[in-house]
Amino acid sequence: MSQTNNDAVQAASEAENREFLVFSLGEEEYAIDILKVQEIRGYENVTRIANAPDFIKGVTNLRGVIVPIVDLRIKFNLDSVEYGGQTVVIVVNVADRIVGIVVDGVSDVMTLTPEQIKPAPEFGVTLSSDFLNGLGSLEDRMLVLVDIDKLLTSEEMALVESTRDS
Amino acid sequence: MDITDFFDTFFEEAEELLADMEQHLLDLDVDDPDGEQLNAIFRAAHSIKGGAGTFGFNVLQKTTHIFENLLDYARNGELALRTDLVDTFLEAKDIMHDQLNAYRSEEEPDHDAFVRICQTLQQIALDEIGAELEAAKGAPIANASSGGDSGSKASAESAAASETPKESKSEAGGEAGDGDGDTHLKVALLDVGEKDRTLLVEELDQLGHVIEQSGDEKRYEVTLSGNTSADDIEAVMCFIIEPEQIEITDAAPAESAAGESAPEHDSSASSDQTAAASEAQGSASEPQSASPASEAAPAKENDKTPAQSQPDSPPKAPKKKPKPKKKAPESTSIRVSVDKVDQIINLVGELIITQSMLDQTVSDLDDQSVGNSSLQNGMSLLQRNARDLQEAVMSIRMIPMEFVFSRFPRVVRDTAGKLEKDIELVTEGKSTELDKSLVERITDPLTHLVRNSLDHGIEMPDDREAVGKPRTGQLTLSARHQGGNILIEVKDDGAGMDREVLLKKARENGLNVSDTMPDEDVWQLIFAPGFSTSAEVTDVSGRGVGMDVVKRNIQAMGGRVEIQSKMGEGTNTSIVLPLTLAILDGMSIKVGEETFILPLSAVLESLQPAKEDMYAMAGDDVVLKVRDEYLPVIAIHEVFDVEGAITDPTRSIAVIVQGEGRRYALLVDELLGQRQVVVKNLEDNYRKVPGVSAATILGDGSVSLILDITGLHRLSRARKEAGNHANQPTPVLSKEAESS
Repeated sequence: MSQTNNDAVQAASEAENREFLVFSLGEEEYAIDILKVQEIRGYENVTRIANAPDFIKGVTNLRGVIVPIVDLRIKFNLDSVEYGGQTVVIVVNVADRIVGIVVDGVSDVMTLTPEQIKPAPEFGVTLSSDFLNGLGSLEDRMLVLVDIDKLLTSEEMALVESTRDS
Repeated sequence: MDITDFFDTFFEEAEELLADMEQHLLDLDVDDPDGEQLNAIFRAAHSIKGGAGTFGFNVLQKTTHIFENLLDYARNGELALRTDLVDTFLEAKDIMHDQLNAYRSEEEPDHDAFVRICQTLQQIALDEIGAELEAAKGAPIANASSGGDSGSKASAESAAASETPKESKSEAGGEAGDGDGDTHLKVALLDVGEKDRTLLVEELDQLGHVIEQSGDEKRYEVTLSGNTSADDIEAVMCFIIEPEQIEITDAAPAESAAGESAPEHDSSASSDQTAAASEAQGSASEPQSASPASEAAPAKENDKTPAQSQPDSPPKAPKKKPKPKKKAPESTSIRVSVDKVDQIINLVGELIITQSMLDQTVSDLDDQSVGNSSLQNGMSLLQRNARDLQEAVMSIRMIPMEFVFSRFPRVVRDTAGKLEKDIELVTEGKSTELDKSLVERITDPLTHLVRNSLDHGIEMPDDREAVGKPRTGQLTLSARHQGGNILIEVKDDGAGMDREVLLKKARENGLNVSDTMPDEDVWQLIFAPGFSTSAEVTDVSGRGVGMDVVKRNIQAMGGRVEIQSKMGEGTNTSIVLPLTLAILDGMSIKVGEETFILPLSAVLESLQPAKEDMYAMAGDDVVLKVRDEYLPVIAIHEVFDVEGAITDPTRSIAVIVQGEGRRYALLVDELLGQRQVVVKNLEDNYRKVPGVSAATILGDGSVSLILDITGLHRLSRARKEAGNHANQPTPVLSKEAESS
């Protein structure tokens, strides 16, 4: 488990500087690889899917494509989950799929050098460090670098058909 | 750009040629073969050979070469056709097809099959036309006999057409090449644009060495050295430009005199050219054996003028013309990848949605405002155009049933041969159009039904005669539109199904049947898994797998199968399919604030349930009595946890629906009306959702789920079971995930 994590960190540190899209969930700041991001749009018109886990808000129409919407705030057990004008959906492209993730707001795009990316400690029951690329340290800020690929294709997200071959 | 870029074009063309060849072979009347058909078969083989040779598909080239030789004898009447020979030809065609597929997937073709078919074909040649073949057969032994045999034969052939020697040269030059050494050819490209020209010149450079090139758009000349025959050059070029645009002449100046005289022959005898050409190939030797080739060739040349005995005599150019002619009709269509078409369909769907959103906004506008009426006029125009556009685009995906039916003459012929039955196949409604994706998926089930009819339906000729039927059984395949569906029927005039036998068999299989079952239900028994009435398992059918698969496949396409049968008179199996999977006629329903779509084909009726018609059963089950029938009630708001829905059944509406032959009553709040919806796959980005078959986008841009009737039933049961055991909705999901 921590092996994969270290690998990821190592892979990351070997790479050049990487750009991350920073978004907020409640008071916390998270970031995902900008290359995974397709677009950012408002939260609207989501059709509920019955019998799905509560963090799957439903599906929406993205220019003719049906896209599932995941609320990371619910997934990460945040206290307040509100939908307002500021609520933003980041549309990401992972594993040949398009998925929208609901966040409280998008702040900026950051470039992190390999040195700024620290390995994530073993923590969290809700967010296993398997789903992290590490922690980004930026002066007084700490960014949780989410491995969005792994997170969204993981079994517990129930976004993809249970992968028998895994 | 290199030659491999043209592989795909070649594969597709070759595939079509093989299909043509098969068609002609099947249509061939062995007692009185039509010369045109034989020519067509021959030309197909010849074209494939040319392409295969150029692209270096040696095994395919050799196979077609031998095949072509044999066909040539058939064409000239030297080989009397028989049914078993046609069978062998068909087998050869299949093997060539396999080889083609092997090359396509970048594998080496099956060598054993290649050797076997070559031997078989050579054996036929040997048996049927004896000595003449040996030269054609090209095995090294041909060396010995080629002198004498080909000599006598060559004279016979050259009597038929003066072209013979030149052709034999080009064959020898092209295929046995190294023996003849390098040649110089002048290739003139007429009216070829610069882009194509650059490509073609590069292409030529692959085939040989481009020594010089010059000219303009009207006429661009390339001099090529190498040992590629003019034949091959043209075969390659024809994949890019029209045959008329190519002129290939020999560059060696010495032959100019012969060059002048030869074209005259060509023009006068253009229709004979292919014939002549192939004769020569027949007598010339096999590809690899360079030495026999050159021996055979000179033998014939003796009959000819001295000029032609020079290697690479000039007249090669004109002889090309006959071969490409058949390509002309193709230019009325273009090949487009399905992805592109689907993209257009998607975009048009988007356009329709945007248009209805605009329409909504415009109709909400205040009538008084300035310019409103012209805006509304514009909107209605836009609406009409958008609808027309959608219809036109959808029709791109539609292809005629002929694509499916065309494979059946072969299936029937082979199966009937194996079963030793006489069967005539009649096809009706070949031009009926069906969505491409359905065409692809209907072929297998249909093949199964046809084989089944041939095996179990139609009796042996003697049995037929005994009951006063014609010895030849008839199998009818028909397709026609019926409402928004397509109806495909497989009809035989065989023995029909025996009710008693089916019932007996069903009991043996432990199925729950009764003697009073209606006929239609009895016939449906054959779709039960593992059910077979055949006394013995044959090659053709009888294993008892299959019919259930047929039914499942057809149901997966949104269709159904019905059987009518009468003892002694035959069986009629009908498949009813929706025209397309991309558009669905739906009934939109409202539950709480949510809108769902029911497939209209599943909806039977709707009614307001009365309290006295609702009966509670053990557990939470409720049934609704509708005209003496008790239907399980599925409340959508319960199954989908919809908030704010009407929970009192007597205030809601019961929609009676049918799924997989069973009926259910769905409780909904409101019927919104019928509409055509564009079906969107949920699984592309999400996963399969229990009780939901797909999704669609409504006029306001929001997503609505299309309900799956049987899935709903399963879901409702699973939820009730889960509710009984523990209050956990999760088992529903995991259960579905396992079964999917």
